[in-house]
Amino acid sequence: MKRRDLVMAAGIVLLPPARATPEAMAAAIRSFTGGVPLREGKVQLDVAPLVDNGNTVPVTISVPGVPAAEVAALALFNERNPHSDVLRVDFGPRAAARSVSTRIRLATSQQLVAVARLADGSCWSQRVDVVVTLAACIE
Amino acid sequence: MARTLITAPSSARRGEAVTLRVLLQHPMESGFRVGADGGLLPRDIVRRFSCSWNGERVIAVELFPAIAANPYLEFSALALDGGTLDFVWEGDHGFQHREQRSISVA
Amino acid sequence: MKAWALALLALVGLAAMAQPLPDGRRSGFEFMGESTQAMQRDDALNPGMLWVLEGESAWSQPVGAEGRSCAGCHGDARRSMRGVAARYPAFDAALQRPVDLRQRIAGCRQKLQPQAIAPGDEPLGLALEAFVAFQSRGLPMAPPADPRLAPARERGRQLFQQRLGQLDLACSDCHEAMAGRRLGGSPIPQAHPTGYPIYRLEWQGLGSLKRRLRACLSGVRAEPFAWGAPQWIELELYLAWRARGMLLESPAVRP
Repeated sequence: MKRRDLVMAAGIVLLPPARATPEAMAAAIRSFTGGVPLREGKVQLDVAPLVDNGNTVPVTISVPGVPAAEVAALALFNERNPHSDVLRVDFGPRAAARSVSTRIRLATSQQLVAVARLADGSCWSQRVDVVVTLAACIE
Repeated sequence: MARTLITAPSSARRGEAVTLRVLLQHPMESGFRVGADGGLLPRDIVRRFSCSWNGERVIAVELFPAIAANPYLEFSALALDGGTLDFVWEGDHGFQHREQRSISVA
Repeated sequence: MKAWALALLALVGLAAMAQPLPDGRRSGFEFMGESTQAMQRDDALNPGMLWVLEGESAWSQPVGAEGRSCAGCHGDARRSMRGVAARYPAFDAALQRPVDLRQRIAGCRQKLQPQAIAPGDEPLGLALEAFVAFQSRGLPMAPPADPRLAPARERGRQLFQQRLGQLDLACSDCHEAMAGRRLGGSPIPQAHPTGYPIYRLEWQGLGSLKRRLRACLSGVRAEPFAWGAPQWIELELYLAWRARGMLLESPAVRP
């Protein structure tokens, strides 16, 4: 009885999480912000509220209204994929507008969080809820 | 030899913001999918992308499994002087791909 | 043809894509979300273009013992292949049966390399299909009025209306009676093959009409036809005829 409990406990520890959690996302965000508290605003996340397919979701992250030189880095996080990070962007001296577009994968309907880290150390965020439907006819 | 589709102008005006778009043919296997035999398909993704203009950094991107297959990136670069745009992708299993484009600035 | 004229033609073709026909037929393009449509409209965004580029370099690649290439016989594909994809499936006189574009390309490649095409060549066949189909983008689908195609096309029409699978659904049940409504959150299109081979977001890759039809059969829980079975080409023939006059969009993007 005792040995079986031990084996079961070991099994649970070894299983990877099926899905990330809001806590994991918060931890990922902290690793980007260095613990600086998030404030809502300044950063803009453009994504369709209802996507055709979760495999390829176009997104654009930008920081309109803030002079480019003041924006150091951008990042995107998700709530329910197995991994909380989506991408992190560092801008160099030859970057112009502080904006990036890409296409991402979403495992299910969830919240996305875009974060901008400014040169003065402050961190700004925007949260968007996205609805993902599954394909009707799958192979 | 990975296939790419790079959209970059061949010329720009000094001080202009130039839009660069890059598309790379790559499966971006997340490492979370299960194959036909029930086994986990190993992760195979591009992890880093960077663009430089005459050796100076425009952008450096860290990509994670949530980036879609055939990764697309669009960003903006400042036209200071003509020369060479360098695009580098790096990823799992020693993946590395580099492309260059010339651009003149008047 | 001058590059700018080609570009103008492409633009006209792309703009015309969005117009529904007076008979109510609409391309699958119109059932997609705005951002997916944008992905198809812009060649810099369309992942299918990666395969078109691959096909373009394969077109001029010498193969086989005699070092021949597609370009060796067909020259500039922009001229020689223009309108070709719009006329397929067509009757192949040598094989004495209808063939789709992919099969026609495979037959041609077999002449260059007489040994059987290895299974690993499939990606190359797909890239060439994408490249050739791309040359007809913006042109109306023009299935040939060849009487030799009629029997197979008629069998395709019957298949389209035949209930299949554990779900006991015919193609027409969803794609005619229910077109425009939703299945599990996704809009049901009219099933016109105007953009093949398509970059399907669900596949995260490019694929043929045959692959899509196979997925449809899985969708109704039907046993897919055998790989070399005549039903595939019969359906393709009927679908092409059903979409006659609609503009080709290859390579299209679909959810």
